[in-house]
Amino acid sequence: MMLIPCPFCGNRSESEFAYGGPVKPDRPDSHVTDDEGWVAFLTTVPNPVGPVHEHWWHVKGCGAWLTIWRDTRTHDIVEGPPDAG
Amino acid sequence: MQVRRLPTGGRIDRSQSLAFRFNGKEYQGFSGDTLASALLANNVRLTARSFKYHRPRGIVGSGPEEPATLVELEGRRASANQAATTVRLEEGMAARSVNCWPSPGLDMGAVNQLFAGLIPAGFYYKTFKWPGWHLYEPAIRKAAGLAGAPVAPPLDGHFEAVHAHADVLIVGAGPAGLMAALVAGRTGCRVFLADERTEAGGSLLDRRLEIAGKPALEWVAESVAELKSMPNVTHLLQDASVWAYREHNLLMVNERSPANSNVLERNWRIRAGQVILATGAIERGLVFPDNDRPGVMLASAAQAYVNRFAVKPGERAVVFANNDSAYAVAADLHASGIDIAAIVDSRDAVPEDARDLAGEIPIKSGSVVIGIRGKRAVKGATVAERDGRGAEKVDCDLLLHSGGWNPTAHLFSQSRGSLRYDDTLATFVPDKAAQACVSVGGAVGEFSPASALRTGAEAAASATGSEMPDLPAVTEGHYSIAPLWRVDARGAKGKAFLDIQNDVTVDDVHLALREGYDNVEHVKRYTTGGMGFDQGKTGNINIIGTIALQKGVPIQDVGTTTFRPPYTPVSFGAIGGIREESVVLPYRHTPITRWNLDRGAFMYEAGARWRRPGYFPRDDETFQEAVNRECRAVREDVGVYDGSPLGKFELKGGDVGRFLDHIYTNLMSTLKPGQCRYGLMLTEDGLILDDGVAMRLGKHRWMVSTSTAHADTVHGHMEELLQTQFPEWNVYVTPVTSQWNNATVCGPKAREVMAALGSDIDLSHKGLPFMSFADGQVAGLPARVVRVSFTGELSFEINVAPRHMRDLWERTMEAGEPFGIEPVGSEASHVLRVEKGFLSLGHEVDGTVDAHDLGMSWIMSKKKRDFVGKRSVELRRRGNEIRRELVGLLPANPNEQIPEGAPLTPGGERRPTEGLVTACVWSVVLDRWVALALLENGKSRHGETVHVRLKNATIAADVMEPVFHDPDGLRMRS
Repeated sequence: MMLIPCPFCGNRSESEFAYGGPVKPDRPDSHVTDDEGWVAFLTTVPNPVGPVHEHWWHVKGCGAWLTIWRDTRTHDIVEGPPDAG
Repeated sequence: MQVRRLPTGGRIDRSQSLAFRFNGKEYQGFSGDTLASALLANNVRLTARSFKYHRPRGIVGSGPEEPATLVELEGRRASANQAATTVRLEEGMAARSVNCWPSPGLDMGAVNQLFAGLIPAGFYYKTFKWPGWHLYEPAIRKAAGLAGAPVAPPLDGHFEAVHAHADVLIVGAGPAGLMAALVAGRTGCRVFLADERTEAGGSLLDRRLEIAGKPALEWVAESVAELKSMPNVTHLLQDASVWAYREHNLLMVNERSPANSNVLERNWRIRAGQVILATGAIERGLVFPDNDRPGVMLASAAQAYVNRFAVKPGERAVVFANNDSAYAVAADLHASGIDIAAIVDSRDAVPEDARDLAGEIPIKSGSVVIGIRGKRAVKGATVAERDGRGAEKVDCDLLLHSGGWNPTAHLFSQSRGSLRYDDTLATFVPDKAAQACVSVGGAVGEFSPASALRTGAEAAASATGSEMPDLPAVTEGHYSIAPLWRVDARGAKGKAFLDIQNDVTVDDVHLALREGYDNVEHVKRYTTGGMGFDQGKTGNINIIGTIALQKGVPIQDVGTTTFRPPYTPVSFGAIGGIREESVVLPYRHTPITRWNLDRGAFMYEAGARWRRPGYFPRDDETFQEAVNRECRAVREDVGVYDGSPLGKFELKGGDVGRFLDHIYTNLMSTLKPGQCRYGLMLTEDGLILDDGVAMRLGKHRWMVSTSTAHADTVHGHMEELLQTQFPEWNVYVTPVTSQWNNATVCGPKAREVMAALGSDIDLSHKGLPFMSFADGQVAGLPARVVRVSFTGELSFEINVAPRHMRDLWERTMEAGEPFGIEPVGSEASHVLRVEKGFLSLGHEVDGTVDAHDLGMSWIMSKKKRDFVGKRSVELRRRGNEIRRELVGLLPANPNEQIPEGAPLTPGGERRPTEGLVTACVWSVVLDRWVALALLENGKSRHGETVHVRLKNATIAADVMEPVFHDPDGLRMRS
């Protein structure tokens, strides 16, 4: 069970959070993107071996949606790559 | 008679005699005994039968490593598959052997031994294939497995879970752990110490050592007393296994005998800053023919039985070893009056220190045991030189063996720390840590008590930034080993077990390797070696050694199998704690639950754990009669239901209109204050998420209602969008489900009931038209009245604060009495909505249905440029594939009910389905059964006859519009 840093509450136990999925690219303009682009937005989920940027919802705490970088091999919460947002 | 009990010594309380039963026989033991030590004291040698071959087995170990004797506890604390060596003896305890019938002495399954040659590793996979596994499965399932699970929860007491935090968590209260706790505790930081034995001391309990010039256990007692005096050392847990090492230094501890007798077991979840693993080491066995006979025991176990329990496990022993540790055992046993026939050492050269310990005991160096006499108890051993020459028979009733020591690296490995093979110690030791933990003492291969004290102190000093203390003096012991993975001598015949619990022999591992299962993990799965209750604590390393020898590769390259929790077995009750159903998910009630119960309501769970009345049976009414009566009241007179559980959210901010336009399929921003509108929400992939009503309270204030079951989902959906996609939008969501309750008055006489209640709101058709609301007073209570309808009748939803709900409800029942008002349960509500063809997400909606299928194309806004799910619905429908569409069904026989969920097939034949029945109710307006269904191309098939296919029958039904009552909605708009 991980210890997840909430920007408002500090480190809290994973049991207070709901997993929100990996951070995906911004929603494309549905009038501009082609079918393949739209399907890719819906179905392609980042699944790297190593650090992944993901959302967690502090649903049993303050209610904040937050992001962390988690190493999928170790569950360590790590620094994101320097070029990431 | 405890015939094998020594007259003095041991950590037992001879003044407290305990009576217990084992396999139906009465015995006596002492307080401080384990079941195993008490059985040995009573000279019970044959205690178990093995898993596969049903060979006779005895007690092998003295702790959680025990691979042979599993028992089932009976009575008050019934529990299956407990190692006899870890069961604390209690007065009146009853236990029996597992895996044998009727008893270990006369075991019918022993017939398997005759076929042993026919059932090697992988036997199942090769044999039970034709004509199919299912033919064999029931018999094999019966033969496999050990004891059954208890049939009922414990009669008294409960399980408990506790969360805790520690600066330093120390696992193990042996010399290393105690020393670490003292050093850490003296700094004032929060220290947590957990130990799996019933008292502190670890291996010091089993041995005769001196610390600081006194018996070691005096030092232990002083250390424990000092720790207990420290307020910051909050928990000194005994009989508590640390069984899991999880992410981010969270460790799970199972406390098996908490001080509070109401608590059966307590499970701790401890988040630690630093973990010190002082888990000691476990002795491994040697692999020689018939090394599983009752009376063949680990040397360290015999030492524990003599010193800790004052029990002689035999009268005349042969000690077989490849390392120095067994010499101290021989010395202790000799001093206790056990005759040591010989120490058989596979090494050619025995170190002087070891020879000195042995004194006058004969030592046969360069020799091995190549056979055991006696099947149900050891009668003698055959000893020979390593290659098998010079075999001679030695009489004995006890064969003690030691194949060396393995650091108990389970938790370290669970924490993802890596292990390294150490050639000097001939075992795997912790290498690189992956979390904030450090192994000390035996757990890191420092097997002498002096180095245990030193490494324990060092780790604690380093973790807390404190000074190293002066360490008490202790005799430095030496340990050396020459690995012997198996006895491979001429004349060595008979099964040589690597894994005693799973009956895995050297031959089984060789077979697996020959058949291509040459990865250590594959060998484990194919042979089952290292699985089961003990997880191979004594035998795994020998399997790894056997693989390395056979493949001719270094042991490091073979590696270990993955260590996973639990380190020792944990009962499911302890894992669950008090989180049984009603505690995990408590029921939610509205303020009129008591009223409902008093009225005789049959209560249901209705989504999201709400308790709601299903129906209100009167006198000896049947279910159907009660539901029909409630429906008729709504259609002909008036009814009232409690709509409080519906999800409600208040949204505030300048961008709410824009936001609602994005999450609903239809246009919401054009609503004027005082109006409400039914809406549909989709997920981004175009499926239906929820339906409900949005109300505009003011310019920047809105209220959104959701279905009962999906309130939390919709809340999450809104928060996710607002916080991740539109953080700059000005929208605040407040859940107010529990802040608003309502009584919904519905039926042709609803307006008359409202008049009788009295209100300052103009409730006329013009004053408060359908799909509008107003705030004011109703029956003297502050209220918001909403004109929505889920029944198809004229409805007034009177919303009040929870504190007024019961008053409102009772006044409504009183005011409605002259009009024949009835309270309406969820069953009648279901009938009423089906008659109207109103959507119910749980019935008509699944992962394939969209709004067009449900005949709700009107709700999919064409004006809006975009909304959640719009693009996906278009994409999905572009292929012009056949859709299942909502229709009404009238069974040909009006008195024939169709089961909900029943499939529709063409002609009712055995062909692929063309739809399903989503709901079927007795309609009070048509006086017949009516149904809703999803049917392929249903919208263009009105008037056709379709067929429901049941197991033994078909039901014909006519297809029609999915609305059976007031298709134009005049009544609800009235």
